[in-house]
Amino acid sequence: MPPSPPPIQATKQMKKLMADHFLGLDRASREGQPKVAWCTSVGPAELLHAMGFDVYYPENHGALLGATRLATEMIPMANAAGYSPDICSYLTADIGAFLKGVTPLTQAYGIESVPKADVLVFNTNQCRDVEDWFAFYARHWNIPLLGVRTHRGVGEVKPHYIADVVSQFKDMIPTLERVGVVKFDIDRLRETVRLSKECTTRWRQVLEFAAQRPTPMSFFDHTIHMAPAVVLRGKQEAVDYYDLLLAELRERVAGGVAAVPGERHRLYWEGMPVWGRLRMLSESLGGLGAAVVASTYCNSWIFDAFDPAQPFESMARAYLELFIVRDDDYKERYISDWAKRFGIEGIIFHDAKTCPNNSNNRYAMPQRLAKKLGIATLTINGDLNDLRCFSDEQAKTNIEAFVEQLEEKAA
Amino acid sequence: MTVAGGIDIGASATKVALLNERGDLLGSAVLRSGVDFALSASRGLDQALKEAGLEPHQVRVIFTCGYGRNNVPFAHQTRTEIAAHATGAYRHFPRALTVIDIGGQDNKIIKVDADGRRTSFKMNRKCAAGTGAFLEEMALRLDLDLRHFDSLARRAEDEAILGSYCTVFTASEVLSKIREGVAVEALIKGLFRSVVKRVLEMDLMEGQVVMTGGVVAHNPYLLEMMQESLGQPVLVPPRPQLTGAEGAAWLALKSLAQDNRQAGA
Ligand code: SF4
Repeated sequence: MPPSPPPIQATKQMKKLMADHFLGLDRASREGQPKVAWCTSVGPAELLHAMGFDVYYPENHGALLGATRLATEMIPMANAAGYSPDICSYLTADIGAFLKGVTPLTQAYGIESVPKADVLVFNTNQCRDVEDWFAFYARHWNIPLLGVRTHRGVGEVKPHYIADVVSQFKDMIPTLERVGVVKFDIDRLRETVRLSKECTTRWRQVLEFAAQRPTPMSFFDHTIHMAPAVVLRGKQEAVDYYDLLLAELRERVAGGVAAVPGERHRLYWEGMPVWGRLRMLSESLGGLGAAVVASTYCNSWIFDAFDPAQPFESMARAYLELFIVRDDDYKERYISDWAKRFGIEGIIFHDAKTCPNNSNNRYAMPQRLAKKLGIATLTINGDLNDLRCFSDEQAKTNIEAFVEQLEEKAA
Repeated sequence: MTVAGGIDIGASATKVALLNERGDLLGSAVLRSGVDFALSASRGLDQALKEAGLEPHQVRVIFTCGYGRNNVPFAHQTRTEIAAHATGAYRHFPRALTVIDIGGQDNKIIKVDADGRRTSFKMNRKCAAGTGAFLEEMALRLDLDLRHFDSLARRAEDEAILGSYCTVFTASEVLSKIREGVAVEALIKGLFRSVVKRVLEMDLMEGQVVMTGGVVAHNPYLLEMMQESLGQPVLVPPRPQLTGAEGAAWLALKSLAQDNRQAGA
């Protein structure tokens, strides 16, 4: 096997940012100031920042439980408490861990427990599970649960959808003012939207570097370096971080550094990461010369629409325009476009047992795309967090056979 | 004479095939894989060599495939069982194919174009439904010898309708049918039908359909039922259980030929 590429230096700074993020939340939670808002990953974080909250993202915690492989031990606890093994395993891992009094933040940062929320804010643009998930904590702590109920299966993002979502955002303000003790100020919202825009523009540039041959960063690197775009958007730190990373990527490209040395095949990953098996998957694919250069998942934190001149409308548009909110025609056009621009030869669909919302193989999309794009597709059965639903052996054989198929085609 | 070996180490059986450069089968073996894959591979190879009347040094190259493919120290290269079955089937029937492999632990549907290139494949999920393991489990529950399944199913006058695709649910369905007095022959035919259904729901069958694997080798009635369901003839290579091993050996021969061409170039 060719030598591994040099590690990405910016990782050190990212680790520091994440530590500051969690330690700050822990302090806020213990001292009662600033107030803590829990927010879904593609929820209205800008509004919460603008109103002075420290923002915590439970899905990020879910992914940490997955990546540390604690999830599979925690899920059964939530199952026993009545949360089905068939529903979101971020939810079951997170609630299971909470019931057991466990968090990966202890090992990583010496933090005893997740920060207690003062308010919970969800957006159903991704799924209904987030509402049920937050409702557990709302009952437990007896705190307000606020949410945006977004239209799903959206084709064109029509003005009346935007108007509806805007009015739902505005509806939250009185409660947020009461809980957070900060008056709403449109200029502060403009500023956080501006910062989110700056962050997301840079994150897009990071992802677009993968159009280079060989790519300097793969999907597996993206899943790590997306963290600031997820949990620090709306803050200057995230913008600065991506400036640092982009500078390093320019150097890597100039020096011909490949994420997968000897890159021979370029793939697209559709669906959730398998958090507890990122390394295994990365090594299996990389060992065969296959680089996963693009993914729907990491692209989900590109919000082109943000515009400080129209903060509410542009937030509504940004959170409605997302892939997960859209209909299959849009999704196919989207994947086709990235596949063409990134020189994709094959798409791996991850059918995640507990997340139908991110398992786009289930309505024959792989078959349609294979035909339309003339490329190979593969579906891997697994899950984001519940490793009881994942077989290493089957996944490896599937990947190996898929790459063999690509090689036969190229021969 | 150039001899190549293919060893297909499946989760339940290990299959060995020795081919000469024309692709004739010189010797073969089928044995249980057990827990020591390397040992069963070398035992199988010895048996096949003996059958072929060859000495170990006469085998120029060995490729392995299957579940235990990475556990054989004397193998030169490995291929997946998908590649091996596709090649093994195409070698006998060189045209666009849909290959159905019913194995001990999993099923595969592999599509091959007219030039023998794979265009897609699917493996069943992590579930025994429709595999050899499903039939084994049912034999155990019914306290019957699996080897009698084929003749029992053939004799059935009726067919028990089994609706579930979960092995455990099917087992309880079978038990309730027994209580209802359904004939054992009808039950076995129902179990075979369930295998056929599980396979057909995996993928669309296109072009000529070929069936491979140990389960068809031992239960030819399954083939008849598959033909009936598809309404078209289904082909089976002469030694269906050896398809993967033969495919691996054939791939080994092709790689030798390529090396020779490169050396001569
Ligand atoms: S989109 Fe899927 S993974 Fe994310 S919270 Fe909803 S169900 Fe869970």
